[in-house]
Amino acid sequence: MIQFILNNQLIKTDKPASTTLLDFVRYDENLRGTKIGCREGDCGACTVLIGSMKNGKLEYISATSCLTPLPNVHGKHVVTVEGLNLPDKLNQAQQAMVDCSGTQCGFCTPGFVNSMCGFALTCSEPTLESAISAIDGNICRCTGYKTIERASAQLASKLVSKDQNNSMQWLVANEFVPNYFLDIEERVKALKTEEYNSNGQIPIGGGTDLYVQKHDDIHEYDLDYLFDKNVLNGITFEGNRCILKSSATVTDLMENERLLETIPNWYRHLKLLSSTPIRNIATIAGNIANGSPIGDFTIILLAMKAQLTLTNKVKENRKLMLKDFYTGYKTFDKKPDEYITEIAFELPVNGIQFNFEKVCKRQYLDIASVNSAISISVNGNLIAEAHASMGGVGPIPKYLAKTCEFLANKTISASVIKEAEQILQSELSPISDARGTEAYKRLLGRQLFFGHFIELFPETIKMEDLL
Amino acid sequence: MINIDAHNHVKGKSIYLDDIQELNGTLYALPFDATVAHAKIKSIDFDAALNSHGIVRILTYKDIPGLNQIGGIIPDEPLFAEDEVHFRGQVIALIIGTSEHHCRQASKLVKVEFEELPVIVDPREAQAKGKLIMPPRQFKLGDTESAWAKCTHIFEGRSDVNGQEHLYIETQGAYARPKEDGSIIISSSTQGPTAVQRMVAQVLAIPMHKVEIDTVRLGGGFGGKEDQATPWAVMVALASQILHKPVKMSMHRMDDMRMTGKRHPYSADFKIGLDIDLKIIAYEVTHYQNAGAAADLSPAVMERTLFHSTNAYFIPNVIAKAFSCKTNLPPNTAFRGFGGPQGKFVIEAAIVKAAESLGVSPALIQRKNLVVDGSELSYGQILQQVEATNTWETCMKSYDYDAQKTRVEEFNKNNKRFKKGLAIQPICFGISFTNTMMNHARALVHIYHDGSVVVSTGGVEMGQGLNTKMLQIVTETFGIRANRVRIESTNTLRVANTSPTAASAGADLNGKALQMACNALLSRLLKVAETELNTDKLQINDEFLFANDKATEISWKDLVMKAHVMRVALSENAHYATPTIHYDKTKEKGHPFAYHVYGTSIHEVTVDCLKGTYEFDSINIVHDFGKSMNPTIDNGQIEGGLVQGIGWMTLEEIVYNDQGRLLSNALSTYKVPDIYSVPKQINIQHLETEGHELAIKKSKAVGEPPLMYGIGAYFAIRNAVKAFNPNADLAVNAPYTPEKVLMDLYKKA
Repeated sequence: MIQFILNNQLIKTDKPASTTLLDFVRYDENLRGTKIGCREGDCGACTVLIGSMKNGKLEYISATSCLTPLPNVHGKHVVTVEGLNLPDKLNQAQQAMVDCSGTQCGFCTPGFVNSMCGFALTCSEPTLESAISAIDGNICRCTGYKTIERASAQLASKLVSKDQNNSMQWLVANEFVPNYFLDIEERVKALKTEEYNSNGQIPIGGGTDLYVQKHDDIHEYDLDYLFDKNVLNGITFEGNRCILKSSATVTDLMENERLLETIPNWYRHLKLLSSTPIRNIATIAGNIANGSPIGDFTIILLAMKAQLTLTNKVKENRKLMLKDFYTGYKTFDKKPDEYITEIAFELPVNGIQFNFEKVCKRQYLDIASVNSAISISVNGNLIAEAHASMGGVGPIPKYLAKTCEFLANKTISASVIKEAEQILQSELSPISDARGTEAYKRLLGRQLFFGHFIELFPETIKMEDLL
Repeated sequence: MINIDAHNHVKGKSIYLDDIQELNGTLYALPFDATVAHAKIKSIDFDAALNSHGIVRILTYKDIPGLNQIGGIIPDEPLFAEDEVHFRGQVIALIIGTSEHHCRQASKLVKVEFEELPVIVDPREAQAKGKLIMPPRQFKLGDTESAWAKCTHIFEGRSDVNGQEHLYIETQGAYARPKEDGSIIISSSTQGPTAVQRMVAQVLAIPMHKVEIDTVRLGGGFGGKEDQATPWAVMVALASQILHKPVKMSMHRMDDMRMTGKRHPYSADFKIGLDIDLKIIAYEVTHYQNAGAAADLSPAVMERTLFHSTNAYFIPNVIAKAFSCKTNLPPNTAFRGFGGPQGKFVIEAAIVKAAESLGVSPALIQRKNLVVDGSELSYGQILQQVEATNTWETCMKSYDYDAQKTRVEEFNKNNKRFKKGLAIQPICFGISFTNTMMNHARALVHIYHDGSVVVSTGGVEMGQGLNTKMLQIVTETFGIRANRVRIESTNTLRVANTSPTAASAGADLNGKALQMACNALLSRLLKVAETELNTDKLQINDEFLFANDKATEISWKDLVMKAHVMRVALSENAHYATPTIHYDKTKEKGHPFAYHVYGTSIHEVTVDCLKGTYEFDSINIVHDFGKSMNPTIDNGQIEGGLVQGIGWMTLEEIVYNDQGRLLSNALSTYKVPDIYSVPKQINIQHLETEGHELAIKKSKAVGEPPLMYGIGAYFAIRNAVKAFNPNADLAVNAPYTPEKVLMDLYKKA
């Protein structure tokens, strides 16, 4: 039995667990305000809010309901647009969208309203930038977004005086969310649900990959729902080693204070990965286990010398380096009953510099044509060690072993980097596909490789020295 | 006035096709389509699928009681393939079951044996092999042959422009319910309810009066639901008629993308000749339109390409020729601009080619050749009330283009990695359906005796704000408040024989008809008052009757009741047909457009020459709205159209492989602009003009024209690329994706 609060209503359902939240709210609960645009998390028309207890507090995230299986909202509060309506008037997000004419055909609008209300619920520093960031997963085909930008600005300005200490009271009093939100935290606590119990053969985390790839067949699968398993959640540090449990999400990492402090541009780099509602539910282990040769987080972790812990059904652990995990296109050094439980990597400290580059057709919310990461430790201009990776240039997310080997103990200079690029090319084997021709990917690979040095060593390396 | 739907939209209360409450026993339909682009169907085995859980029936062409034909202009498109398939995604059968999921599982069990035939995806190849949708057409003005001799400069070249996926966020869908006596009601997410009605009647072999089409609103259309909403509605109607059950289809995004046509890709050859003063004396262009496997709207789209082949420029000697080429792709169709953008793209490419070769700014050539009052276009229409120069000059002045140009040149001198590009894009777009017979509309207005008003027109609301403009007409004509008026769904029983809501003409045509209906009712009501008050100096203001400019105690409601008691008709149906327009296809001459819309935009882009990525810094526009009846809605159309046009020119890349398989088949591989990829600034200035009598309330049509500003985005990027790599010989091939930009940045001279 899956239990959760949907808007102001307690739900107990025996629906098959693989049912998507989207189908459940639309066709079982007849809440048709949540729209279907793509069923792959790329349009945001189905965005809902999910509130869950984190460290004793109710915290909300936006999420694409099309990719969310029901067990992932077990014991939580799910909010659709209907649950954001005030009895007699518009809430502040809705009012801003109306005032600024941010809606034309209206089909994408409930998704935007949800993301905007999610922003109102979660923001600590309401700026135009952060307000827009909250709607980065919502696609509108009518407006050209300028009116929506203005609506976001209006919303952010109204949130400036938000009382962070009594935020829910303030939000209700100021008509951002309806009254019933005041006692939702108590009601979620009172649900006292047990962890959703599943023990299937196929592990599923946030659902952001499986529901896209196996849209039709997933309902026949024997799934093991890992997203909310306590043992698989959390980020810890042992010295300069960061240990992620496998169900940690991209957002968890993006908001982690230690990582934000330690790694320059960490937020900016992770902002290049998909969109807010996807980052909120996409797990790091999922990114790795999906095996896509272009997985952004995999590329980042390869450069960070990540190590995986695989655990089998009888709880035996096996450790291996991420770079050794991939054996071919979507094939792994992994036994059928093993799944990833932990990912550990070294923080780039003590002179280690880190950079991530990604180019796609659209800068945000897109899959890379080529992506690349590097972590490089230098003494003065002498490279002690370099670890670099590149995606989209072969059957697996590529750890650039030969290039790294070449770079070790070299002095950073344009000629060294150019020579390294020759070796880099020998490690690449891109194919032409929807994300670009082989020639483009090779050229882009070169550019991004050069880009690392231009970005990290601006005093030493200029673009014109390399090209 | 803000969009009247806005409140319901933000609350999630607006009802779209898939939000209609299903009747008990509703069945779901899934089209089963071809997996090869050209083949003979050797055999099909439905047995396993039919035995699959939840499957009720599988329909093929054999089940069609009427004609297996849905071609609107040319009858060349079967509803279901018979012996051959001509594109991947062509529907062969319709699987009907108790849930979409069951249908989808069953579809995997259908076994089809194809005998594959050669596949053509390139329009030039199709043309060379004589595979044409219709005979080519040619527009001719003056005499290019003798004009070439007078040209100081002659340049030839080629341009290519790709298609565009509509990506309405609401996918295609329809829901049919049987009524008594063999009649049927179909809710359809269509821009053309009458087109759906006509094809349902034809395929089901029943008269049109038995087919009711109802459309509340669309979650986006952009032309993609003009003709291509029809097959799905016909399919559910057929299933409903055969099974006597409600049958629904709401397409999965990937099915929609794979099965439906898009904006037409075009390839073109041009030759342009200029005199010593850079006046364009002669222009010849041959367009190769990639029509796909059936005509759909391609003939009409091709026609508009020809009409707009010289964009906003007067060229005295022109030959514009076009081939509609038959390929093995889904039939391409209407998309905002309707062939016009593709026609304009080529002349801009030709001007850029001339400018680059001569080492002058394209703007110099553009400015010297703008149309003026009295300019004759290649199809014989003499332009009047031309605002091309006015919008251009106002744009240069208002946004201080000269300073911007200096700043950009300075920037490029001082930056290696980042380069800026500037481009100016004037537009001139004709308003009316190019097919003269389609330029008519009707409106039905009932005033109930409680004073409330209900309005039906043939226009479909799809976000463009049509219903809001219709409401404005009613409230302003009657002098009553908006809450008295309800704009009803578009329904073929209430308004018959409609043209689709398209060609930017929805507000003009339906608005004029509505104005006529309201005026007729108003005069009847005032006549009632005239008898009572003994004066004919009467009007209604804010719900009250005014006599001799003084308020009376008679409210709108009172007046309506008086009229009702006096047995005065409180309903009116009016018909409007655009006057002045005509066109003779045998001569390719006439006056097809009621009027033209003008505007000028300036585009500034910054290209990262390391990565090949780009950002638009600003787009500055001066647009000729006439007298905008709703600046909020009209500005929304400009911003939305512009961004869609920029998307077409930059990110949005449709990729078919040589076997006609769509590789950009989902939102993960086909990228439309997101909030970060739009220009940082979009400025819109209204050019205050008289407007045009044939525009509703002199407020000019605004749906399509702004899309064509997007073309400037392409050439702005090109100029930035040229600033980095001045000597390379660059092709003109839109969209300018980051891939093409990077390849061009590092292309060897």
